Amino acid sequence: MKYLRDIGSYFVMITKVFGSFTKRSVLRELIFKEIDDLIISSLGIVSFISFFVGGVVAIQTALNMTNPIIPESLIGFATRQSVILEFAPTFISIIMAGKVGSFITSSIGSMRVTEQIDALEVMGINSLNYLVFPKIVALMFYPFLIAIAMFLGVIGGWLAGVYGGFTSSTAFIEGLQDDFIPFQLFYAFFKTFVFAFILATVPSWQGYYMKGGSLEVGKASTNSFVWTSVLIILANYVITQLLLSS
Amino acid sequence: MIKVEDIHKSFGDEEILKGISTMFEKGKTNLIIGQSGSGKTVMLKCLIGLFKPEGGRIYYENEAIQDMDDEKQRSLREDIGMLFQGGALFDSMTIEQNVMFPLRMFTKQKKSEMLERVNEVLARVDLKNVNKKYPAEISGGMQKRVSIARAIVNRPKFLFCDEPNSGLDPKTATLIDNLIQELTHEYDITTVVVTHDMNSVMEIGQKVVLLKLGKLVWQGTNEEIFKTDNEDVTNFVYSSDLFKKIREVQIKEQ
Repeated sequence: MKYLRDIGSYFVMITKVFGSFTKRSVLRELIFKEIDDLIISSLGIVSFISFFVGGVVAIQTALNMTNPIIPESLIGFATRQSVILEFAPTFISIIMAGKVGSFITSSIGSMRVTEQIDALEVMGINSLNYLVFPKIVALMFYPFLIAIAMFLGVIGGWLAGVYGGFTSSTAFIEGLQDDFIPFQLFYAFFKTFVFAFILATVPSWQGYYMKGGSLEVGKASTNSFVWTSVLIILANYVITQLLLSS
Repeated sequence: MIKVEDIHKSFGDEEILKGISTMFEKGKTNLIIGQSGSGKTVMLKCLIGLFKPEGGRIYYENEAIQDMDDEKQRSLREDIGMLFQGGALFDSMTIEQNVMFPLRMFTKQKKSEMLERVNEVLARVDLKNVNKKYPAEISGGMQKRVSIARAIVNRPKFLFCDEPNSGLDPKTATLIDNLIQELTHEYDITTVVVTHDMNSVMEIGQKVVLLKLGKLVWQGTNEEIFKTDNEDVTNFVYSSDLFKKIREVQIKEQ
C-alpha cells in the first residue's frame, strides 16, 4: 500500500512540476546554476572513470583472447560495444545516481527541514517548479556528458590496447568500425534521456517529501541512490528489450 | 483584518484544532499563545495556507480564502510576509539576494531600484555591512532580522511570525519584539505572532488569543491577561517561577 501511495505521489509531483511556472528570468538563472552543479561539476569524475574503464575493457578482452583464430580487431570492437551500449549510458548513470542523486536529495531535503520550501510556498511560489524543473532541464544536457564518456572510454581502450602491446592501432580502429550500426547510438542516447529524467525526478521526490530532521536527510539520500539505481536498471532492461530484441 | 470562523484541523484520528473562531485586527500585533501541543503553529499554518483546515472559514479582508481560486490565492500570498521560527533564509543566497528575492519574483523593478529597497529595509531592521554575507555567517538574532526584512520588503498587508524569539537571548528577543510592533504600526498591517514567551505577551500583546488542546480558551489584551480570573490563563501565565513571584507580590499588594 505504501509503495502505491509513493508511486502516486511521484506522479502528482511530476504534474505539479509543470504547473504554475516561476518567473522566466529567475528560471533561466536557476537552469544555468543547475547545469553547472549537475553536469559541469560531474565532467571530471565521468572523464576519469570512462577513460580508465575503457582501458580495462580493452585489456580484459585482449587477455581473454586465447584462440589465435580470433582477430585482434575484436579488442576495438568489444571496447566500442561495451562502452557505447552499456558502460557509458547505464553505469555512468548509476555513478551519477550516487553523485548527483544524493546531492539533489540532500539539498532539497535540507530546504524541507529548514522550512525554506515552506517559505517559497508562503510567498505564492510553486516550489516544485522552482526546485525541480530547472534540474530536469539541466539534466537534458546529460547526453553530452555521456557522449564525452563514450569518446574517452574508446580513447582509453585504444591507448591501453596499443601502448600495452595488446593490439596494433590499425587493428583496433578496424575493430571500432566493424559492423557499426547507427541505431545502437540512437538506443544509447534514447535511454540516456530516460535515465536523465529518472536522475532529476526520483532524488527530487525523495528530498521534497521527506519528513524529519538532518538524520532523515541522510537516510533519504541513501534511499534516493537505491531507488534511482533500481529504476535505471529496470528502465535499461525494458528499453533494451523493446528497442534491440526485435 | 483576518477573521477565523470555526476552523477544524486533524492529522489522522487526532483533532488538533477544535473549532476556533476569532479576529486579528489591522494595525495591531495579535498574539496566539499556548503551551506546546496546543495547536498554535497548526493554526498559523492554516492561516497562511500551508495546511488546509477540514472545516470552517478564514477571511482575509472579508473574502474567504476557501472561495478564492488558485490565482487569487497566489496573489494573496504576495501580500503575506512570514517570519519562520528558524528564519528559513535561503542558505545558498547572500543576505542581499535573500531580501531581494520577493522583489525579483513579484515585481518588474530594475536591479538598482530593488537594491535601494533592500538597503532601506536592512537599515530599518538595523543591519549594516551584511549584504554580501551568507546566512551561516551571521548570528541567530541577525538571521531573524534578515528574515523580517525579507518579509516586509514587498510591503505586505499581513505579517505572520512563528516563535520569533526562540533561541534568542532576552535582549535580542526584546529587540525583535519591538521591531515587529514598530513595523506593524509603521506599515499599518495585520500581524499575527505565535509565541509561548510571556515577555512577548507583555511587550507587544495588543490582542492575545490563548489556545489549550486545540480550543480557544481566552482572548483579550496583555493588560487584561493579568487581571482575569480565567483558570487556564492563570495556569499558563503563572507557570514560570518569575511570574509566580510577580503574582505573590500582586496578591500581597492587594
